[in-house]
Amino acid sequence: MSDYIREAIITGVWETFVMTFFASLFSYAVGMPLGVLLYATSKGRLLENRPVNFIIGAIVNITRSLPFLILLVLLIPFTRFIVGQSIGTTAAIVPLTIGAIPIVARMVESSLNEVQPGIIEAATSMGASPLYTILHFIIPEATPSLLQGGAINVATVLGYSAMAGVIGGGGLGAIALQYGYYSYQKDVLFTTVALLIIMVMLIQEIGIWMSKKHRKT
Amino acid sequence: MENVYELKNVYKTYKNDGKEFTALKDVSLTINEGEIFGIIGMSGAGKSTLVRTLNRLEEVSSGTVNFYGDDLAALKPKELREVRHSISMIFQGFNLINQRTVIQNVEQSLKIIGTPRNIRREKAKQMLEIVGLLEKANEYPARLSGGQKQRVAIARALAVDPKVLLCDEATSALDPKITGEILDLLKKINEERKLTIVIITHEMSVVEKICDRVAIIDDGTLAEIGDVKEVFSNPRSKAAKKLVFPSNPFDPSDENGQLVRIVFDGTQSNVPFIANLVEETGLKVNILSANTRSVGGIGYGQMIIELPESEKDRKTVIDFFRKGGLSVSEVNRYE
Repeated sequence: MSDYIREAIITGVWETFVMTFFASLFSYAVGMPLGVLLYATSKGRLLENRPVNFIIGAIVNITRSLPFLILLVLLIPFTRFIVGQSIGTTAAIVPLTIGAIPIVARMVESSLNEVQPGIIEAATSMGASPLYTILHFIIPEATPSLLQGGAINVATVLGYSAMAGVIGGGGLGAIALQYGYYSYQKDVLFTTVALLIIMVMLIQEIGIWMSKKHRKT
Repeated sequence: MENVYELKNVYKTYKNDGKEFTALKDVSLTINEGEIFGIIGMSGAGKSTLVRTLNRLEEVSSGTVNFYGDDLAALKPKELREVRHSISMIFQGFNLINQRTVIQNVEQSLKIIGTPRNIRREKAKQMLEIVGLLEKANEYPARLSGGQKQRVAIARALAVDPKVLLCDEATSALDPKITGEILDLLKKINEERKLTIVIITHEMSVVEKICDRVAIIDDGTLAEIGDVKEVFSNPRSKAAKKLVFPSNPFDPSDENGQLVRIVFDGTQSNVPFIANLVEETGLKVNILSANTRSVGGIGYGQMIIELPESEKDRKTVIDFFRKGGLSVSEVNRYE
């Protein structure tokens, strides 16, 4: 493996890290409130609201069912509008974020659904407002589950980031594609795959560790 | 004495897949300030629904629930939240936040009413002291036993100085010994703070131990209401009799034998009246069942006896018991 490729791999790791980090961050910034809204507006919940739940649910389902590769291409004009370019690491963060938002939203919703209804009843009986109940009872109680879901989501974003290589997103995926696939350099291909696996495992382990640290039951 | 609650003709109907289910039918009752009011019934009788109408966790379908004169149904969301600050509730499942420490759980109710942080901590400590769990302040609920969790829930409920404490099967998940301790604690709080307590239970022993008055709910209706002593010594409704007197283990010797129930309280318990009966009248009776229980510190006994065959002898026996101050009622053997 030449020094040039070795350097490219190091840059790739960094780019993958940057893409995963920011895409995860932004997708949680939007997906978390959406997930809370999905949860709170569903039947029998604090802010039950059929139309709102239906509309958000439909948008989430549609974006979630699009294959990520298609979404990447589909979002090129939007990406150009947001960051001024459609290739490169920064540009890849846009479709990654959009692609991860619905996944995050559903994951958050399912974590919140695990919270015992009794705790919500207790909060309501104490005269807590719905918003207070969500912020101070439901989310704290769901934190271990949210962290665990978070690890899965970040690992998914990392996987997606490799796909971003296809449209010039940089990162390990681009290297695997460029050197490993198009020019048959098996060692490069295996190295990048191994690095991706290690990164996913690290994320999982950190997520599980944090979740365990938080879980008091 | 002021009325804390006044319920008038309360109905509650659930609609599910087009089917209607009436959980409460025409329930009217009042709960007085400072008393421990029991609501007892078999599971599914509607008692949990009833207690939830008292803080509007359940909306009534018709009728009114007045809390210190205010119709709960008329309150706007914000007003309702204000009122709920003075109606605390504890639950069968404790419902503590498991990811927060004991003291953080107690502080939660104070946080909701906007108590400043430093006062909150102090107050929470005082409450934990009252329920005897101050040394567990920084533990997480998972490390506590069921009885301790309920004590934390009580501390959380009382921290806001409520006017009423609603207990929804609060001791049903606990063993008899711990149940006794929790009931003693509730009694103590009732006496020291003059706190009105409403207790929902399916256990007769809970009502016997601490309630002043009791309402018996049967199939969504109010079957009977009155002083616990009164209801226990002289239950009138079928539901009350079923709860107070367990079914008879023995059949009478004669198919058509006449059965009566005699009830006596502590003041007569030192009189050997069956022996006296035989001695004075020469008539014999067959005892089919007998038991005693303590209600509010007074011993009560009851017996089911089979009377002699002849009409005249039966009258003699009944007169004898009545003269001795015992309450005598006829019993249907399948009751």
